[in-house]
Amino acid sequence: MLLVVEQFLNGLQFGLLLFLLAAGLTLVFGIMDLVNLAHGSLYMMGAYFAATFVAWTGNFLLGIVLALGASLLLGIVLELVALRHLYGRDHLDHVLATFGLILFFNDAVRLIWGPAGLALPLPAWLTVPVQIVPGVFYPAYRLAIIVVALAVALGLYLVVMKTRVGMLIRAGASNREMIGALGINIKLLYTLVFGLGAALAGLAGLMQAPILTVQIGMGENILILAFVIIVIGGIGSIRGAFLAAIFVGMIDTLGRAFLPDLLRKILSSAAASTAAPALSSMLIYLLMAIVLVIRPEGLFPASKR
Amino acid sequence: MTASFNARNAVAALVVAGLVLLPLYSSLSGNIFILTLFTRIVIFALAAISLNLIMGYGGMMSFGHAAYLGIGGYAVGILAFEGIGSGFIQFPVALASSALFALVIGALSLRTRGVYFIMITLAFAQMAYYVASGLARYGGDDGLTIYKRSDFGGLINLSGKVQFYYLCLFCLLGGIYLVWRIVNSRFGLVVQGLRSNEARMQAIGFPATRYRLVCFVIAGMMCGLSGALNANNTDFISPAVMYWTRSGDLMVMVILGGMGSLFGPVIGAIVYLLLEEFLSQLTEYWALVMGPLLLLIVLFGRGGIMGMLGRSGRD
Repeated sequence: MLLVVEQFLNGLQFGLLLFLLAAGLTLVFGIMDLVNLAHGSLYMMGAYFAATFVAWTGNFLLGIVLALGASLLLGIVLELVALRHLYGRDHLDHVLATFGLILFFNDAVRLIWGPAGLALPLPAWLTVPVQIVPGVFYPAYRLAIIVVALAVALGLYLVVMKTRVGMLIRAGASNREMIGALGINIKLLYTLVFGLGAALAGLAGLMQAPILTVQIGMGENILILAFVIIVIGGIGSIRGAFLAAIFVGMIDTLGRAFLPDLLRKILSSAAASTAAPALSSMLIYLLMAIVLVIRPEGLFPASKR
Repeated sequence: MTASFNARNAVAALVVAGLVLLPLYSSLSGNIFILTLFTRIVIFALAAISLNLIMGYGGMMSFGHAAYLGIGGYAVGILAFEGIGSGFIQFPVALASSALFALVIGALSLRTRGVYFIMITLAFAQMAYYVASGLARYGGDDGLTIYKRSDFGGLINLSGKVQFYYLCLFCLLGGIYLVWRIVNSRFGLVVQGLRSNEARMQAIGFPATRYRLVCFVIAGMMCGLSGALNANNTDFISPAVMYWTRSGDLMVMVILGGMGSLFGPVIGAIVYLLLEEFLSQLTEYWALVMGPLLLLIVLFGRGGIMGMLGRSGRD
């Protein structure tokens, strides 16, 4: 029972983290119609920035704030220099160009920070276990991730649904030409949205950094997960991304935790221990395949143009 | 396609001549490395050709094409591990399993379009990657060393560098010929018609998915062959050959060379792999140059290298 609660929270935490990544991706995808494979690189850069700034300032929170700012800035620069010229191009062009950016970022990181990974140590106040219900302890840091990510999700919802900028973002997602024709500065809007997406990716990366090591290529696996999420959720839909992210986070975490035991009940123990890791890694891809076969547009398709 | 003299055909002819004469240069100059390098290039060119068949002519943007490299490779590797060394068994098994995989994932993926198709093929390839990682008996993540190359009896010796090179080149040229025949056949015209206007083709009465699926399976088998050759070339097979970045590499080769041109992917594979080799000798941080270069090619070189050489009769 204890384990179930803990794994459930882990799944929620992972899902929320994935949402931060997927939200930026789906915004950029939905509004600029840009397939950005380099989104995972922004996630990685967020983690590297955080490790650097925290070590540099000696203060965890200050370092993280600086890292967030740096991610935002990096996103804006990236958009201005490169990605802006890709709007309106074929999706395949996006894939190729941003694939090039991944190569670039991976080697840039190797050049600047070296091939060995970095560690982002947590301050003492985040390492204590917290008693959430009597008898169940949960790491404070993972709890903090859940709280921060939920707050960001809520904030994002408020910004997108209740503010003027959010209205423009939604309008841009449903009809790009029209809001341009209405005199909105689309270029500025696009740059802002991309910067926002980059900051969200950076936030996801820096929050994940203390749990995993900060290393080259850390953004690639999780990027694929984020793509799976936005495809399941329906491209351009933030609500879909949120629900799909939680779903995927849960399935992935719970699958890894409980599938081996489950398999052991039906298979021989040797067969189960070989099949379980592969099967639990496959689960979400299986899920995506099933969703796409049944609903080729995703579960929550954004409103039609 | 008219065989008129133009820059594209001239380059294609030069490349073929160069590839055929390469072992001669290698033995005259004693440069064995170049033969090894080009064996790899020729194998990947075959994979790129097959991807171009579905991507360039069929409009099916598969982001999971490297899966067949792995399936073809594992067919050779697993059979060799289990003591079946005959190439007459290994290669047909490699082709058949690639075809089967393509048939299954094609039947499911072809229900989707556009970005969704890109993503679902990616998902299936990742599944294949994780299945291979889970094959504990065959090395799992660490991969499987192939101690003996496929045995073709007295017909051809795959351990002989020159013989193996020519086998790969033969397969590549055969692949190009096959694509050429397909593209200019009635079947190929239907598939290309589906790329440019699906609704119209369906209105005339062509079953879109069935045509696409057959094309998808053919491309999968060609890439599976490339995978079987690749496993023989590296004497090793691991899940890493079907990681998604590998599929990205293949896409880059196709687009770099010129998508939807018969010879483009070969040029793309040569340029991409040579550039990688050259830059990695120059600096450890070769991708630092390669990345922005890809970006520039996308931004300014539309239609790839073949596109820059001028248009051919078609399209």
